[in-house]
Amino acid sequence: MDGVTGRGKYVALAVLLLPSLAGMSLFYILPVISSFVLSFSKWDLLTPVQWIGIGNYVAAVQDPTVQQALRNTLFFIAGYLPAVVAIGLGLALLLNHKLPGRTIFRAIYFVPVVTSWVAVSLVWKWLLNPQYGLINFGLSLLGIKGPGWLFDPNWAMPGVILTTVWKDIGFVAVIYLAGLQEIPENLGEAADIDGASAWQRFWTITWPMLAPTTFFVTTISLISSFQVFDQVFIMTGGGPVGATTTMVQLIYKNAFSYSQMGYASAISWILFALIFAITLAQNLLQKRLDRSNG
Amino acid sequence: MNIVHKSIAALLLMTAVSSPALAQTTVKYMTFSAAPNYIEELDATIAAFQASHPDIKVEYETQAFGEYFTKLQTLVAAGQAPDAFELNYESFVDYANKGVLADLNPLIAADAGFSTSVYNSTALAAFSQNGKQFGLVESFSNVVLFYNQDLFDKAGVAYPTAEWTWKEELDAAQKLTDAANGVWGDFAPIQFWEFYKTIAQNGGAMFNADKTEVTLDSPQNVDTLQWMVDKVNKYHVTPTDAETAGLSSEDLFRQGKLAMLRTGIWLLGDFVDNAKFNWDIQLEPGNTNKAHHFFSNGVAVSATSGNQQAAYEWIKFLTSSKEAVDIRVKAGWELPAVSDQAAVQGYLDLPKPEHREVVFQALDTAVTPPVIANWNQLTDIVGKELEAAKLGQKTPQQALADAAAAVKGIL
Repeated sequence: MDGVTGRGKYVALAVLLLPSLAGMSLFYILPVISSFVLSFSKWDLLTPVQWIGIGNYVAAVQDPTVQQALRNTLFFIAGYLPAVVAIGLGLALLLNHKLPGRTIFRAIYFVPVVTSWVAVSLVWKWLLNPQYGLINFGLSLLGIKGPGWLFDPNWAMPGVILTTVWKDIGFVAVIYLAGLQEIPENLGEAADIDGASAWQRFWTITWPMLAPTTFFVTTISLISSFQVFDQVFIMTGGGPVGATTTMVQLIYKNAFSYSQMGYASAISWILFALIFAITLAQNLLQKRLDRSNG
Repeated sequence: MNIVHKSIAALLLMTAVSSPALAQTTVKYMTFSAAPNYIEELDATIAAFQASHPDIKVEYETQAFGEYFTKLQTLVAAGQAPDAFELNYESFVDYANKGVLADLNPLIAADAGFSTSVYNSTALAAFSQNGKQFGLVESFSNVVLFYNQDLFDKAGVAYPTAEWTWKEELDAAQKLTDAANGVWGDFAPIQFWEFYKTIAQNGGAMFNADKTEVTLDSPQNVDTLQWMVDKVNKYHVTPTDAETAGLSSEDLFRQGKLAMLRTGIWLLGDFVDNAKFNWDIQLEPGNTNKAHHFFSNGVAVSATSGNQQAAYEWIKFLTSSKEAVDIRVKAGWELPAVSDQAAVQGYLDLPKPEHREVVFQALDTAVTPPVIANWNQLTDIVGKELEAAKLGQKTPQQALADAAAAVKGIL
């Protein structure tokens, strides 16, 4: 914006930003505001809105289905987050070696990330089919009788976790790859000269140097895993016996199946508050760690 | 100036030429029952309608039943409701209560030469409320026992009769089940709809008569659920979910892997085409009572539609015209709810299956869905507890007690 000064600069900026700002306000900010307003109402879409104050919030806190959905979501996170970070990092370390054809491997691992959830979910539904699926067939070759996966309340969530980890490790690996490029090579060389083993090198150099990347990956994955929905909606619809009903699945049910828009909005805001609080705590923790390291 | 004049003249000319087309009214129609099996029949019905009503054009949109009502209510809330749309009886009650539907009585009264006596009067009355006719009845359907005659012959078991009870059914199912060849004796899903009918076969109900009290966990109902679950887990005459592994019960029947199946008459046309063996239908066995499902679909006009007259013409044609009824009967696209016996005779005269009259005999012991205001919540709550019992997570007693407690909260 050289040469443009004062007011003209802001006008030019505003004009340039207008298209994306318009889309953002129409499809993000406006719905966010209206969902907040609606969370204090009773509205079934077809009849006029009734205002009921904080009634929805009071009901949601006591609702056993909300508690179950929260438990299921936390179960998902507990399975998904460590796995996706660990496997993603392992993959990045492998792909960081000068292997023949590593560009091809990088592309292959990234393909699931850009594939639509609908396609991935349908394919995994078949892979996890207890009778005809490839996974149970593979297990049977090892002499293991595979579980009922999506038909079994104890195995449905592990099935969803497995699918999600498979789809997301490419994303985590790419972020870690970028992080690995940032580590100066002379550190590793110095460690080599001092006779450090591969494990010592990883644990004392690579892992600490990757801390900012790990923080970023964990935060992003945590936020997205609280919002897990597409794969659940397609693979199990929240069943069997509600075993995979996550928070967003419950919000969707209340909004579009039970026609309780106000209640669904209230649960959405509770979910937002939860994610916000956890991310904030993570941030503070990270800052304190930085300070103690620095 | 010259150019402007010419343009105006051209515009006027274009308007003049196209004005007959502009006079045409477009009726937007939304349906679930036509998709995916009866699109051709819907197209044929619309073609017949447009031939006799050249001033009306029908545009339709289909949506699978599972997502239909989500879509419809979103359209209504957005002020984009189709002019006419299909509603099953369960949802009709809710939509009529919420003032979304147009009262058709003034249109019917103004329609010289048309009388609602063309409809089966009981079926039509289901789509009225407080003296207002909020919809025209389109079709009805029910559920009967389908059985594979070849499998019965092979096992040397006599065919089901109208007198059969659960006991005879189980005896036969045990003889018919051939686990080594993946053949199962009997199938009835364990879910909400099957449950409210099956408890009626044992003298039970979900609510008291005026739906003020929940009777879900009555002893008859607990026994009923026990019987449903035992067929899967104790007698092994019905496959588990993991054993069917995503194949539907109709898939299994078509493949000749099910000897008996309780399912809807909407599959008659499909099985006539695709089940390559001898099969027939019979009344469902009951325990203490006979009971059969009764489902009905109606068509309504949106209260906010600007084309109510044209929409009414279309739904009247769709539900009662000879052309539409004939197309429906021939395809087995449920049953038209008309009073004309000749139309019904055409249905009975179709060659397969042999005992088509069972469909009408089942109407004598019809059970209508236990509709309450929070219908979708009711089906989810009860469905989830039934699933828990089916998977052995809860005893039938516990599952129904939990369901009853939760349903009390939404009544």
